[in-house]
Amino acid sequence: MQLNLLAPEIVLALLGLILLVLGLILPHKGKSVMSAMAFLGLLLAFILSISLFGKEQALFNGIYQVDNYGNFFKILFFTAGFLVILSGESYIKRFDKRCHEFYGFLVFALLGMTVMASANELLTLYIGLELMTISFYILTAYLQSSELSVEAGLKYLILGAISSAVLLFGVSLVYAVSGTTIISEIAQNIRLEPALIAGIILMLAGFAFKVSLVPFHMWAPDIYQGAPIPITAFLAVGSKAAAIAAFVRVFVIAFDLPQFDWGLILAVLAAITIVVGNLIALAQTDIKRLLAYSSIAQAGYIMVGMAAGNTLGLKGVLFYAMLYVFSNMGAFAVATAVEVETKSTSIAAFNGLGRRSPMMAAIMTVCLLSLAGIPPLAGFVGKFYLFSGAIQAGYLWLAFVGLIMSMVSVYYYLMVAKAMYIDSNYESMSEIKPVASTQLALWICLAGTILIGIYPAPLSALAQAAVGLF
Amino acid sequence: MNIPILSLTLFMPIIGAIIIMILPRERERAIKYLAAAATLISLVLSLIVAFGYNLSQGGMQFVEKIPWTPDLGVSYALGIDGISIPMLLLTTLIGFSAVYASWNIKDRVKEFFSLLLILIAGVMGTFVATDLFIFFLFYEVVVIPIYLMVIMWGSTKRVTKEYAGMKLTIYLLIGSAFLLVGLISLFVMSSAINGAPSMDMMVLAQTDFPVGFQVFAFALMAFGFGTLLSMFPFHAWSPDGYAGAPTAVSMIHAGVLKKIGGYGLIRIGILMLPAGAKIVAPIIAVLALGNVVYAAFICLSQKDLKYIVGYSSVSHMGYVLLGIAALNLVSLNGAVIMMFAHGVMAALFFAMIGNLYEKSHTRNVDDFGGLAHQMPRLATGFMIAGLASLGLPGMVNFIGEFTIFVGAFSTYKVITVIAVSGIIFTALYILRTMANVLFGPRKAEWDHLEDLKGPEMVPLIVLGAAIILGGIMPFTLMDFISNGVGSLIAQAGFLQMGGIL
Repeated sequence: MQLNLLAPEIVLALLGLILLVLGLILPHKGKSVMSAMAFLGLLLAFILSISLFGKEQALFNGIYQVDNYGNFFKILFFTAGFLVILSGESYIKRFDKRCHEFYGFLVFALLGMTVMASANELLTLYIGLELMTISFYILTAYLQSSELSVEAGLKYLILGAISSAVLLFGVSLVYAVSGTTIISEIAQNIRLEPALIAGIILMLAGFAFKVSLVPFHMWAPDIYQGAPIPITAFLAVGSKAAAIAAFVRVFVIAFDLPQFDWGLILAVLAAITIVVGNLIALAQTDIKRLLAYSSIAQAGYIMVGMAAGNTLGLKGVLFYAMLYVFSNMGAFAVATAVEVETKSTSIAAFNGLGRRSPMMAAIMTVCLLSLAGIPPLAGFVGKFYLFSGAIQAGYLWLAFVGLIMSMVSVYYYLMVAKAMYIDSNYESMSEIKPVASTQLALWICLAGTILIGIYPAPLSALAQAAVGLF
Repeated sequence: MNIPILSLTLFMPIIGAIIIMILPRERERAIKYLAAAATLISLVLSLIVAFGYNLSQGGMQFVEKIPWTPDLGVSYALGIDGISIPMLLLTTLIGFSAVYASWNIKDRVKEFFSLLLILIAGVMGTFVATDLFIFFLFYEVVVIPIYLMVIMWGSTKRVTKEYAGMKLTIYLLIGSAFLLVGLISLFVMSSAINGAPSMDMMVLAQTDFPVGFQVFAFALMAFGFGTLLSMFPFHAWSPDGYAGAPTAVSMIHAGVLKKIGGYGLIRIGILMLPAGAKIVAPIIAVLALGNVVYAAFICLSQKDLKYIVGYSSVSHMGYVLLGIAALNLVSLNGAVIMMFAHGVMAALFFAMIGNLYEKSHTRNVDDFGGLAHQMPRLATGFMIAGLASLGLPGMVNFIGEFTIFVGAFSTYKVITVIAVSGIIFTALYILRTMANVLFGPRKAEWDHLEDLKGPEMVPLIVLGAAIILGGIMPFTLMDFISNGVGSLIAQAGFLQMGGIL
């Protein structure tokens, strides 16, 4: 067995433990090395997972699978992790004394995600999921001075635990029917029977909660609003992508049933999610809630590709998940910088940003429009893949719903742009200059969003390699 | 090694925009000169393309092709033929004039000109792209700069500029959502038929789509492109949008952007889905009547100059739609030249109105009178645009309208007869407006208005010259157009099929 294939996971586990211990023993002044350590550790894991791209092997009797698909998502998680660390640099001072242990939890959450992306066995997957969500329970409540944050942490804990239970119940039913928990062996050992369908539906509900599909989305807005904003970003991007990674792997490989079309259920859920997410987002006045509902709608788009289930659609899922990191993180990075500056998360706080910081206003506009799917930005190409897949699979109605709603979503994204560019008393406002690390994050997000949009070929080749699995 | 002249034409404004973004915001003069230079170079390059086009050879020329995203069959492919040359010239002419029409912008000069240049490049891209994906990329690029420009530099009169901008944006985007469904279906269907994905317009045109699918896809396109062309009853965005927009945006929007709708219907709709076009065309012809007659009636009751031109442009688009719906060589020729004619005319109109509004702060027809005394040059511009608008022989618009009616009469007799009446209503509202604004006794309250001078003259000279030259020498454009339309019809196979024509 080649343990070097597990190098990214090993690096992350060690890094997380070291960061926790250092947080205990270092004097407060010396703790500033920890953010640098977290950053470098992630960089190492990132490089390792890139170097492992193209390697395929099943480890530990098939319960852990190193493959392109998993590596694609690992690259995605680490990119998201970097951007969170960079853009959150100025925000985490609010955590006061505990601001450096923060990185330890962040790394553990990342480790959970990588396990989810590579697990080829339902219980391993569950362990990864719990490692991730438990880290997130803590991180969500990290801003102890804020009632909202603590409340959000508690809510997330309760609802998350229930959804985990539902998922686990589904897993147990599937195990009862098939006699195995190895994902790639389930397909040969099942036939259509009521217990299996119940198991599939329960698992679908469990994953739908993590991906925040309507009607399992109720937790998302409150928790996104309450959590510290870098964590909101990480939840919206990383946690969602990890759930999608596991969701796709389990359903496409294990439940390949011709008689039971879970794709249709998913298509309906996706359509409802897109409609509800976008319509509620129209009425939001708080940027975190707006981005929360927008990210619910975005999850709906991603699920369109999975419902289609063909190469174009699945490639779209991976493609979209990756560009979503850049576009959404860009929007959150600007929101973070604005919150640090104005202490407010209402959209009114963006008033006059076009003059106070033209660079941030432009990046916010570009990232939001990419989420809306306006060419030549990345989101458009992603939606093109997703909806080509849907039309190819015969879901023409879904393409209509999705594309019309994505044009409706332009309305609320442009409301933010309007706030930034229309201003009455801009003379009274000072310039905003974000710190260097935030600027770096912003430029990375901008470059990712535009480059993927105008030259999608490299990412599409990467996604193509990753879906070779199915 | 050929020089990629189309890419140069296309990217000149983008390069200009990038340099402007880098320049410090205080250097306003440099920014304006740079914008003027970038659009001038594009104009010159597009003229070189037009004169270099080999008519006897025909077809796509100056072709550039670089594979872009292989798994979607997308390549960065540019080319130009007889239909796109007038459109490209129209874009560069209006783009250049629009820079000068905005010469007096004072607020956020840097943002204004970089957005304007991006807008011009976006419009140009749709006319030179020969790949469907690239076409759509440019098609939607233009919407967002327009929104930002309307809310930042627009004017609030009957409706607020925020409302006007959002209405325009949402209308166009919803239209484009339907269009996008049509395009994606086209892509999926053609990959199934041909066995390999391709977005190349020529490949798609040669693909034999089933008739039912053609009707479905063409209907979606007619809706999407029709919204952009302000087809009745999807025209409501257009007058409000033009009224709220700053001058340059009104010029570009009414002048060229709308024409993308007509161009798309011809280039994508008729070329790729001829059977669908045949079945859907009668509906378009009937709706075109709504444009021509209904919008003309609304014009009669308007008081705001921009609304008059806004509704009149809706009315004139009816002629274009009628020409497209008649689906024969003559009528399509007419539709294309009408798009060019209306483009230069509307842009000149908006440039003149913008100039007058800037100085007098009103656009209300009743407030004016006898302006020809104080502003003879502006009055000349108004007269050229007005007379062109009502189709006076000697102006390029006459050629367009006449050709469309001749062509359409052979297909839709009753509809064409009713549509001709539009000319009378147009004459009515245009002449009345001209009389009330320009002529009559001198009004002392407007004595302080200065006539056009310096940079303000550029739109008048450039666009006025295009209107008159096109009118007295129609063959300059007609040769290109009938060449392009002829090969399009041969390709679409109407002549061989005979059919309902």
